[in-house]
Amino acid sequence: MVSEIEPIHAAYDSKIEGNVIFTKLDSAINWMRKNSLWPMPMGLACCAIELMATGASRFDISRFGMEVMRFSPRQSDVMIVAGTVTYKMALAVKRIWDQMPEPKWCIAMGACASSGGMYRSYAVLQGIDQLIPVDVYISGCPPRPEALLEGLMRLQRKIETETSFVDQKKELLASLED
Amino acid sequence: MTHTEMVAALKSRFGASVLGTVEFRGEQTVNVTLASIHEVMAFAKGELGFDYLVDISSLDHLGEEPRFEMVYELYGYGHGRHLRIKCKVSEDESVPTVSDLWLTADWHEREAYDMMGIDFAGHPDLRRILMWEGYPFFPLRKDFPLEGRPSDMPDVAFTGVAPLEGGPFVTSAGGADTVAREPRARRV
Repeated sequence: MVSEIEPIHAAYDSKIEGNVIFTKLDSAINWMRKNSLWPMPMGLACCAIELMATGASRFDISRFGMEVMRFSPRQSDVMIVAGTVTYKMALAVKRIWDQMPEPKWCIAMGACASSGGMYRSYAVLQGIDQLIPVDVYISGCPPRPEALLEGLMRLQRKIETETSFVDQKKELLASLED
Repeated sequence: MTHTEMVAALKSRFGASVLGTVEFRGEQTVNVTLASIHEVMAFAKGELGFDYLVDISSLDHLGEEPRFEMVYELYGYGHGRHLRIKCKVSEDESVPTVSDLWLTADWHEREAYDMMGIDFAGHPDLRRILMWEGYPFFPLRKDFPLEGRPSDMPDVAFTGVAPLEGGPFVTSAGGADTVAREPRARRV
């Protein structure tokens, strides 16, 4: 029996014309990454309430593809440190950060996570940036959900500028020259 | 049994071990010796019906001897009365645990150990509860500064000195208006 499947024209296919986009690989990767940031909600204090409000319907974090809050660090892309980081908790925060796969980003939400805030005390880590690298700091005590969304949009703009593929290519070329 | 009868029963049972009693606005406080504290607590639970240990706290009377003071807050669900029992502890003494009487004393005593450095004899699991194991200081002692002291345990944890910037921020009770009363850094 003769097959009814039409032969495939590799060179040109009018059916997909207009659906093909030429771009740089880095741009495509960054575009995919920035629009599906899965947050690790590290809610430690009252900032976590604003974080929850951000995830609720009124502010609708899913407009940015970030509504998938993951409580497993293995599945998250961005850790939102929301609240006061005590030294005791700092150990757990660092451990969870280490468990997150690359590429990963960190947002210090609110005064406490950024600098210790009003807790000038023996018990409180004076800013989470002493333990893990922070990409975006959000001011406020606590910040409004709009501020958190602004911070996430700034993080998106930061991700847009990343050159991971170009960097890998350069590294490969350098290793071949050796 | 009324409140005063309970205190009288404690006095007649323990005699010289009861160092004094204070009544203030209906609150009964009994000061006892460290040696008798466990017996007193067992009596209060078994005979006087104080089945609920509300709280254990500790005081640091820096410069006095004995330095520390334990405060036990008791409550009885059967009769609805409170009782406060205090005993003084010097730095090299240890307090007999009451976690065999009230299980909740376990964590309360761990907190007193963590924050004040008071040792509890016979405690089933005397570890730090708020700071991590190996932290070298006892932060609620009077000679420990609010901003903390630097400490370091490689690969485990560290603490730094918190910048106070003229703080700590404290309220001034009795100020003329809300501007004068609100929390500010008062150290000049």
